[in-house]
Amino acid sequence: MTDLAMRTLRNGQTVGLRDLPELTLSSFREAILEGTRGGARLACLCAASDLRLFAILADDAGKQLRVAWTRLAEPKYPSLTPECPQAHLFERELAEQFGIVPDGHPWFKPVRFHLPWSDQPSPWGRDADSLPAVMDFFRVSGEEVHEVAVGPVHAGVIEPGHFRFQCHGETVFHLEIALGFQHRGIERALVGGPHPLSLKQAETASGDSSIAHAWAHCRLLESLAGVEVSPRADRVRGVALELERAANHVGDLGALSGDVGFLPTASFCGRIRGDWLNLSAEVCGSRLGRGWLKPGGLYQDLDPALATRLLPRLIRSWADTRDAVELLWGAASVMIRFEVAGRVDPIQAREIGLVGVAARACGVEQDVRWDHPFGPYGAHPISPSLAESGTVHSRAWIRWLELIESQRFLLEGLAELAGSDPDPRTGPLPPLAPDSLCVSMTEGWRGEVLHLALTDDRGRFSRYKIVDPSFHNWFGLALALRGEQISDFPLCNKSFNLSYCGHDL
Amino acid sequence: MSLPSLTVSAQWVLHLLTLLLLPPLIPGLINKVKAVMAGRSGPPVLQLYYDLAKLARKQAVFSRTTTWVFLAGPVGTVAAGLVAGLLVPFGHTGTPLSFEGDVILFAYLFGLARFLTVLSALDTGSSFEGMGAAREVAFSALAEPALFLGFAALAKASSSLSLSTMLLGSGLGSGRMAGPLILVLVGWAIVFLAENARIPVDDPNTHLELTMIHEVMVLDHSGRPFALVLYGASLKLLVLGALLMDPVLPRAPQAWQNWLLFGAGLGALAVAVGLVESMSARFRMTKVPQFLLAGILASAFAFLLLLV
Repeated sequence: MTDLAMRTLRNGQTVGLRDLPELTLSSFREAILEGTRGGARLACLCAASDLRLFAILADDAGKQLRVAWTRLAEPKYPSLTPECPQAHLFERELAEQFGIVPDGHPWFKPVRFHLPWSDQPSPWGRDADSLPAVMDFFRVSGEEVHEVAVGPVHAGVIEPGHFRFQCHGETVFHLEIALGFQHRGIERALVGGPHPLSLKQAETASGDSSIAHAWAHCRLLESLAGVEVSPRADRVRGVALELERAANHVGDLGALSGDVGFLPTASFCGRIRGDWLNLSAEVCGSRLGRGWLKPGGLYQDLDPALATRLLPRLIRSWADTRDAVELLWGAASVMIRFEVAGRVDPIQAREIGLVGVAARACGVEQDVRWDHPFGPYGAHPISPSLAESGTVHSRAWIRWLELIESQRFLLEGLAELAGSDPDPRTGPLPPLAPDSLCVSMTEGWRGEVLHLALTDDRGRFSRYKIVDPSFHNWFGLALALRGEQISDFPLCNKSFNLSYCGHDL
Repeated sequence: MSLPSLTVSAQWVLHLLTLLLLPPLIPGLINKVKAVMAGRSGPPVLQLYYDLAKLARKQAVFSRTTTWVFLAGPVGTVAAGLVAGLLVPFGHTGTPLSFEGDVILFAYLFGLARFLTVLSALDTGSSFEGMGAAREVAFSALAEPALFLGFAALAKASSSLSLSTMLLGSGLGSGRMAGPLILVLVGWAIVFLAENARIPVDDPNTHLELTMIHEVMVLDHSGRPFALVLYGASLKLLVLGALLMDPVLPRAPQAWQNWLLFGAGLGALAVAVGLVESMSARFRMTKVPQFLLAGILASAFAFLLLLV
């Protein structure tokens, strides 16, 4: 009965808030619990002003999204987390953002260490923004147990984050991850938009996934404005996203190789990643693909002459990539490292709602390009790459399988673009639909990128929610470390390669 | 020992100069080989000399938790390395310092250096350095038997407990020694890689503290003490490298030829280390003891072969 009460949506569909039935709190909870028990994922759970709660369930097998919302009478409700672990970070987040307390949350700690946006008091009784990671950590006590704290300043050139290990000798009992150092307030900055900076803000949610976030943002605006993007522009966007994926996967395979001290692939991939990035730069002037996509179309079109020029470079980059990565699979000393490290249990992977590469490495068949196709992926499908073991090897292997698929998509895409005339430039978007909700998802190279927007009566954003795949997956890294050697943490961490800023927003 | 064209004092001076000045060249060579294998041009071969010069001009930063023990590590490592370098012959060129039983002193000079390094790591109170110290001690406890069983085999073969006779004695050339000698060299090669924190045991290039064994113990050193640490590490490469090469270096009639042979051997060793690091990944840390155990077994079999 609850399933019927939830409105189904397609990826990128706009729905008027008035057409969304308001559920009572108990049926809202029941809808989520029953949905996740039935195999759906909690793709987003967030609060908006006036104590409203919104939940997006992704039914990947049924290829649809479901949305539910309720209005709380008071700023607290019985927590979903004890029965639905996927909700745990979302509930901490909405408590922090709106002061809504999920009663009975087993792991109730701040996420980004800022004060509530609304007038509600901080659930942790804080009266000023505190430094991130200032909180109680889970501790294992005993004579033989020792604690290792890593970060937020790391030895390499990476983002800040704090990791607290409880170790018994070299074995990790428990890892707790505290983030929030990169919190910039993107969601809040987007409220009141769209304004000229909105696209830039969306792109910088996680810099290495600029295209994935920009695309999610653009589709959201286009859907709210009722604009259709031409198939050719969609094809170019697909090329942009797959170039981003290829560059990052190549970089990751090289970095994984470097983390086990296998120099050949590490050295080659460092350079080859640059070759892939330069293909993006050739089109839009930015190696990260900034300023390529535009709401309604493209800032930088990929005209036939350019596509013809890029094709041979793509073929060469792919040949180099294949040579470098095959060295990796051929090295027994590397495989023995990859195959035993960082296993995530497939059942736990589903329970905590892993997405993207990390989920597919556990055999969870889930890929937005396949399940909730957007842009060109309906007409030119990319099927999910799967592995089973859930170890570092699986996560590396998925990257390789996806690289193969991406280069195939890119070859076809560039060949097609080389033979079709560019679209005329598109103008600015018409005003957005007022009092509406839109959910837009793309598959970034890490996994599912979700943007959700609510508009007010003037068609401006009254709430903008971004869910980066890292938000779902950081907990997966903590699980991968249970019982693992602490010396293998860097390798496990690299195999997830999650974004700190995508989590911290 | 006959030294036809060079006087004993000239040999002494040459030995000392080699010991003092040559070590930083070895890591430079290894890194060059790795760079070339990876298709990069890489840092100059003399990079470590430049680094040492730079560090010597820098001020050191000391954590408030540290005491004089923190300095004992770097100073002790270099001091022990220099004395050990006087005991070991550089090919067939004569040894400045040699007496019966110096092999024990040689082995435990490195023991002393390790002890001081571990203490200076613990002195920082850092959890990383504590982990590194635990790893270093655990693994060196397995490297030491391999070294000593090798010594035992060579002592049996040469009926001597002095390094210069054991390593360069005439008995090594006989056919009966070939098998045991190969086994000793295998065992010592493993000790060489482990003691010098090279791949596959440790990764000297990694920036990941959690995976380090040796490097993590010196994370808090800076300035001149850090220069000593780097210099001490290269000294160890030279001294243990000499130990590893001596039994296989041929004897030339002229002293200058022996020096040349030693230099060539050292170069070949650096290239070999560079090649290993270019082709193999690091072991998982749980596998390192098994690798060291292989070293113990090789040396032990060498000794057994000589007993029968």
